[in-house]
Amino acid sequence: MTSVYEKIGGEPAMAAAVDVFYRKVLADERISHFFEDVDMERQAAKQKAFLTMVTGGPANYSGKDMRAGHKHLVDRGLNGTHFDAVAGHLKETLEELGVPTDLVGQVMAVAEGARADVLNR
Amino acid sequence: MAKVRHESEWYPLEPGETVLDGLLRQGVRVPHGCRAGACQSCLMRATSGAVPEAAQVGLKDTLRARGYFLACTCRPQEGTALEVAGASELRVPARVVELESFSEDVFAVRLEVETPLDYRAGQYVTVVRADGLARSYSLASLPREGRLELHVRLVPGGAMSGWFAREVRHGDRVDVQGPAGDCFYVPGQPEAPLLLAGTGTGLAPLYGILRDALESGHTGPIHLFHGAREPAGLYLVDALRALAARHPNLHYRPVVLAGGGGEVEEGALEAKVLTCLPKRPVGWRAFLCGNPEAVLSLRKKLFLAGFSLKDIHADAFLPSVPRAGPVAGAA
Repeated sequence: MTSVYEKIGGEPAMAAAVDVFYRKVLADERISHFFEDVDMERQAAKQKAFLTMVTGGPANYSGKDMRAGHKHLVDRGLNGTHFDAVAGHLKETLEELGVPTDLVGQVMAVAEGARADVLNR
Repeated sequence: MAKVRHESEWYPLEPGETVLDGLLRQGVRVPHGCRAGACQSCLMRATSGAVPEAAQVGLKDTLRARGYFLACTCRPQEGTALEVAGASELRVPARVVELESFSEDVFAVRLEVETPLDYRAGQYVTVVRADGLARSYSLASLPREGRLELHVRLVPGGAMSGWFAREVRHGDRVDVQGPAGDCFYVPGQPEAPLLLAGTGTGLAPLYGILRDALESGHTGPIHLFHGAREPAGLYLVDALRALAARHPNLHYRPVVLAGGGGEVEEGALEAKVLTCLPKRPVGWRAFLCGNPEAVLSLRKKLFLAGFSLKDIHADAFLPSVPRAGPVAGAA
């Protein structure tokens, strides 16, 4: 079965998507403080890994990693409303890049599946 | 407990301590500058033992493959032993051949290297004095010019800048290590608009990058912003105006926070830069150098304004960090 990752163009598509997605979350004052990072390249690399994972691409990322990687943010108040905001930007990003509706739906379902791990529930 | 062997002596490390801190604490002289993994002054080579991956971030693959690492970011695992050597083979001897005053507190230091250094204008090198004092400076010169040109700001109480300003004699020896950094012009898109913005001696790499671009036949617009607190902090103004007169695609805009007038604009550098951008800065490339807060803030603003991250080259000048507490053998 071909993954959404492959269908939408693989790594080059992720490179384009991460710019759009990162710009959206940085510009959103509700969540930008979770994404502020002196090392923007490193932050972008993390987000590219996230986008690769939710589209079913080759990501070395597990639920356990998601949990550990977000714990410090949960300690800083990360909650469901923030998750929803990020998910909204993810959806918009995919739509802007012309990803077909059914594929967007598949990606959003995968992202939703990460909610418990991200929020450390 | 981890331990480090240096020049046939073993030194124990405290839990979580870096190789640099552990060696300095125990009286070993190690050249160092930023302590943040950026300047590469504290480069060392592991002759045996495992180097944590984090200690090789930012190094060229060729250096990694030979076991080089940065002592300031190297925290060996508990219970491991690491044998290290200095990076002297990566240094080339040089002589101070010229000093030229640019402004009240900025001057050029020109060095002649004994063997040609393979570098790109805008990269930086670490200058190591005979006693091991090390500081990083960006290169304002072009490789074809032979001499290396650094722009040094006289820092109050600054060890290296004070030495250059007051004590150095013509012909004095220093070692040069490097180059490092990816803030340089890459030919191939001669029509791309370039945005060069810097504060203080952040002009040094931009001066190199700018001349490199012009000599490579860059035809796209080049916007050079140089920010300072007041007009006295600007330098190379006449040279840059002359360059802009010869190259219609170069737009030189000196900006000061206070005391502007005539051809020197007054206001915040960031705001001035953002107003020169089109709605969609497609294909633009930016080079930002100097004060870390200004550079990091501007990088974020440019990214939000539509720049692709890969097209923003930022070189934040980190101050050298003085050691807390007394250190044996340190000056």
